[in-house]
Amino acid sequence: MPQLYGNRVMLILRRWIQILATVLSNAYWKFPFTRGIYQGNLKAVCVPGLNCYSCPAATGSCPLGALQNFMATLRPRFGAGHTHFGLYVIGMLGLIGSLVGRMPCAWLCPFGFLQELIHKIPSPEFEIPKPLTYIKYILLGLFIFILPLLAVDEFGYGITWFCKHICPAGTLEAGIPLMLLKPELRELIGILFHSKLLILALFLAWMVVSRRPFCRVACPLGAIYSLFNKVSVFRMTHDPDKCTLCEACYRDCPMGVKFYEDANHYDCIRCLKCYQESCRFGAISYEVAGIPLLKALERTAETDAPME
Amino acid sequence: MAPKKSTLPFVLIVLFALFLAIGINLGEVSSVLEKAIRVCLSCMGIG
Repeated sequence: MPQLYGNRVMLILRRWIQILATVLSNAYWKFPFTRGIYQGNLKAVCVPGLNCYSCPAATGSCPLGALQNFMATLRPRFGAGHTHFGLYVIGMLGLIGSLVGRMPCAWLCPFGFLQELIHKIPSPEFEIPKPLTYIKYILLGLFIFILPLLAVDEFGYGITWFCKHICPAGTLEAGIPLMLLKPELRELIGILFHSKLLILALFLAWMVVSRRPFCRVACPLGAIYSLFNKVSVFRMTHDPDKCTLCEACYRDCPMGVKFYEDANHYDCIRCLKCYQESCRFGAISYEVAGIPLLKALERTAETDAPME
Repeated sequence: MAPKKSTLPFVLIVLFALFLAIGINLGEVSSVLEKAIRVCLSCMGIG
């Protein structure tokens, strides 16, 4: 029976930040009356997590959608003298990644939060095979950059391939609600909508039996942030002298990361669950710019045993 | 043992902050807004 070895302050704080980020990213609550999406100036700002900008409640832009749109319209814009390469979005994502790596996935992403909630449904646990976790990098390269840039029509316009063919967040947050709000759009439903609905259903079912399957397998935004995990200012640290290879961190990890093999693994989302809850030997800690901010707590089973 | 410090994260921060500033200066913010205030049929799965 697993025990709690630290206090749960960080875990409770993370949960509240997840709720706050989800609410703030979707704070346009007038949509049932306007029957449309928010069109204010806040939409010029990209949110750090995956949140469809066509969600009727969305208050910000989706960085992946914005990035694809820059790629899809780069040629005609360039031809018209507008040198828009998407540096605004790339700069923002790179800045966040350089500071904290993949941390937004754990703390700020509404779709990541949804996956954690759905995984609370009691069910058998299925581990995700490691080779599948590389698919997100293929999707990032192909569906976010290459296809929108190269597969263009006679006017030079590409399409947002990931949004159009895969994104389950778009189907859940924009497709289904807007179909309910705007009945006239239902006439446009075709095989594409049904295929996206199927993808959403498969991921929802997968979320029940596996930990964060979309983040680990298919999220190009997580793939971008993950590239910074090993070089970001905020980094996890592992003390092999204290580690007993008990695998408690691996069992508790929402991303199925074996922390003791790689403290800054590309799939680590820095939720700090392993630091706060799993490790009873103080082998897990973190640092900012190479400086350990909080010393690894010397937790032992004796000192952390519940008080009588 | 003294903590190992790397300058790479700070180089990246400066680089991406520069990208961000250039993007804003080129008017990319309004491009993002222009796209985001319209219903995205692709995102919905009907366009």
